[in-house]
Amino acid sequence: MIQILTVYGPLLLQAMGQTLLLALCGLFFACILGLLFGLLSVVKNRACNIISTIFVDVIRGVPMIVLAFYVFFGVPYLFQNIIGVKGVTLTALQAGTICLALNCGAYMAEIIRAGIQSVDKGQMEAARSLGLPYWKAMRKVVLPQAIRTMIPSIINQFIITLKDTSILSVIGFPELVNTSKNVVAITFNSFAVWSIVAVMYLIVITVLSRFAKVMERRLNRGRE
Amino acid sequence: MAENNKQVKIHVSHLKKSFGELEVLKDVSIDIHEGEVVVILGPSGSGKSTFLRCLNRLEEITDGTVIVDGYDITDKKTDINKVRENVGMVFQLFNLFNNLDVMGNMMLAPTELKKATKEEARETAMRLLKRVGLADKAEAYPAQLSGGQKQRVAIARALAMNPDIMLFDEPTSALDPEMVGEVLQVMQNLAKEGMTMVVVTHEIGFAREVASRVIFMEGGYIVEEGTPDEVINHPKEPRTIDFLSKVL
Repeated sequence: MIQILTVYGPLLLQAMGQTLLLALCGLFFACILGLLFGLLSVVKNRACNIISTIFVDVIRGVPMIVLAFYVFFGVPYLFQNIIGVKGVTLTALQAGTICLALNCGAYMAEIIRAGIQSVDKGQMEAARSLGLPYWKAMRKVVLPQAIRTMIPSIINQFIITLKDTSILSVIGFPELVNTSKNVVAITFNSFAVWSIVAVMYLIVITVLSRFAKVMERRLNRGRE
Repeated sequence: MAENNKQVKIHVSHLKKSFGELEVLKDVSIDIHEGEVVVILGPSGSGKSTFLRCLNRLEEITDGTVIVDGYDITDKKTDINKVRENVGMVFQLFNLFNNLDVMGNMMLAPTELKKATKEEARETAMRLLKRVGLADKAEAYPAQLSGGQKQRVAIARALAMNPDIMLFDEPTSALDPEMVGEVLQVMQNLAKEGMTMVVVTHEIGFAREVASRVIFMEGGYIVEEGTPDEVINHPKEPRTIDFLSKVL
């Protein structure tokens, strides 16, 4: 195991870097999508609510591995062979980012919807009664309170998304799991390699959870 | 009545409000003049809170006309936010912004709506907090205040917009008995200063002492109205007599 670590350690670390890069790209767009669809689900407009529901239901109803194949292989095929537009291809990073953004975004939308709905209706009413427009009331009064209740679920979702990057090994993105498979193929030592990989994930995720706890505590300080 | 010479601040004619199948307000018409303190009494479910909430369109109006401060708020083209700037509202459950301290609560609307600079808003807020006896609580968060203190802050917050009209939706119903007095005192002072007020309450004593007019509502209609003496001491309608016999 020591030998594998010294020889392939740098490669695995680099792969972990790729994993984190993919997760960050995915999470960034997931936050935007989540906020967008989360807000669409709470505004008083049937059409917006329906759009949001469809997005969430479709994405949640499709396994991410299928989504990955769909985005990486299916969509370019659609463009090239059916619509007839040549040259539409996605890199594995682009496709991976889209998959994570869609998948995590759908769950984030639900978290954000629930967070906003957990804020007492009276808060919005009081703000509106003072003459504040809907979006200003949302931004200054409702969202700041909603975010505090959402933080634990959001961090949890981030962790799930970080782990879900491993699914994107199927489209050939050189993240940790994909790279490790190659290392196993060379060394034949499954036990050592997967042990190392497991510990690497464990360390990163534990650090992230700890950080989340600190954040949560800081946000709640001085309020009660 | 003397008020008849004054400007009509709120004009309501044939107001109807339904929640789906349920018709809560069936046909309500009333004029409220500048400086009047109108107290609305009635059993729960009589539509009195709904009526109040129609006056600043927190409830969409199903039918009829409501003119507040000269603006027809049943007209979709009316900028309801502009009207609300001049109509303060105090809620049963206070609804202080939990994410802001007392000062933040008071300064939010005036500064966001460009009614005042930060410094002006702060000055106004301090002055109003002194008036409700809470100058020392400027830095406190809502969770650190008692119910009575919260409600006094809520009143001050509404006053910070310098409104012409104040609406009170059962402002003392959620308070412990020993805190009711401090809130009613603030409201009474406000009435003395000539604020136009519409108050939904169960405090008959307040109605008797402070109201210039008392309205009794039941079943989505105004059943009886008049001076406190007329409605509370000498009610004519059987339903009013029945209600008062239960609460007095």
